[in-house]
Amino acid sequence: MTQDPRLLRRLLRAKDRMDAASHEEWPVPRLAAVSGISEAHFARSFKQAFGLPPHRYLLTRRIERAAALLRDTDLSVTDIAFQTGWNSLGTFGRIFRDIKGESPSELRARSKAVPHALERVPHCFVSAAHRPDLNIAVSEKRRLDAAANGAGPSKKEVP
Amino acid sequence: MSQGVAVAGLYVRDQDEALSFYVEKLGFGVHTDARNGDYRWLTVQHPDQPGFQLGLFKPQPPTVDAATAQTLDEIVAKGAMPPLVFMVADCRAAYEAMRARGVEFTQEPIARFGSVDASFRDPSGNGWKMIEERT
Repeated sequence: MTQDPRLLRRLLRAKDRMDAASHEEWPVPRLAAVSGISEAHFARSFKQAFGLPPHRYLLTRRIERAAALLRDTDLSVTDIAFQTGWNSLGTFGRIFRDIKGESPSELRARSKAVPHALERVPHCFVSAAHRPDLNIAVSEKRRLDAAANGAGPSKKEVP
Repeated sequence: MSQGVAVAGLYVRDQDEALSFYVEKLGFGVHTDARNGDYRWLTVQHPDQPGFQLGLFKPQPPTVDAATAQTLDEIVAKGAMPPLVFMVADCRAAYEAMRARGVEFTQEPIARFGSVDASFRDPSGNGWKMIEERT
């Protein structure tokens, strides 16, 4: 299925804007305005172009940035949560764990123990490599993880 | 220097548009602009880098078939081409000058890791990281 390169270039502009300010709110009307297309057209076209819906892309950027701040700074988890665009520490912790499989403080402890070998790679490329590959919805990932661990309600359904 | 990389190319959606961007907005000069029918070999050169040419190539038949050309145009427009790095002596000054000329920046200059870097895209979607030389 092909897409007009000129449309893709405008969608890329919306993606770039989320990259540059992932801590901000990016509802579809705002993104559609950046791309200069209708809201309905935007949501559908963005997903087709980039493989995931815009709100989920934004989540990956926020989690990636939070993970980088956990690794590279001594900011508190609370400060990092609010700096990366979360309104609630609880939501941040829950979604972070759903996506990364460990809590923010666990990731911090683990990454501080491992020496970095990426100092010669320009920063933006390092962060792209560390971006979570969120190919399913967070709620779906949570459900699958729960089922795999035998912790979810699905366990009861097994005969 | 006579050995090493002489030309590396970008895919662009429109060679006239790309030429005007790299020459008028980024300060490159035209090195070669040779046409043969619909085909156009177009390279530009940075004034400080006489041994290297940046090619501005359009994916098009007969070099690639029409469907492949469309796919390549799409990939570029999605920003999925490999990283490019543009070194400058003063990132903030370059940012101001280029922005005034209408370059689309995707990241303002940020000081980090002992340098300053910013990001911009060409009209086709190729993404450049602009990094200040470490002194």
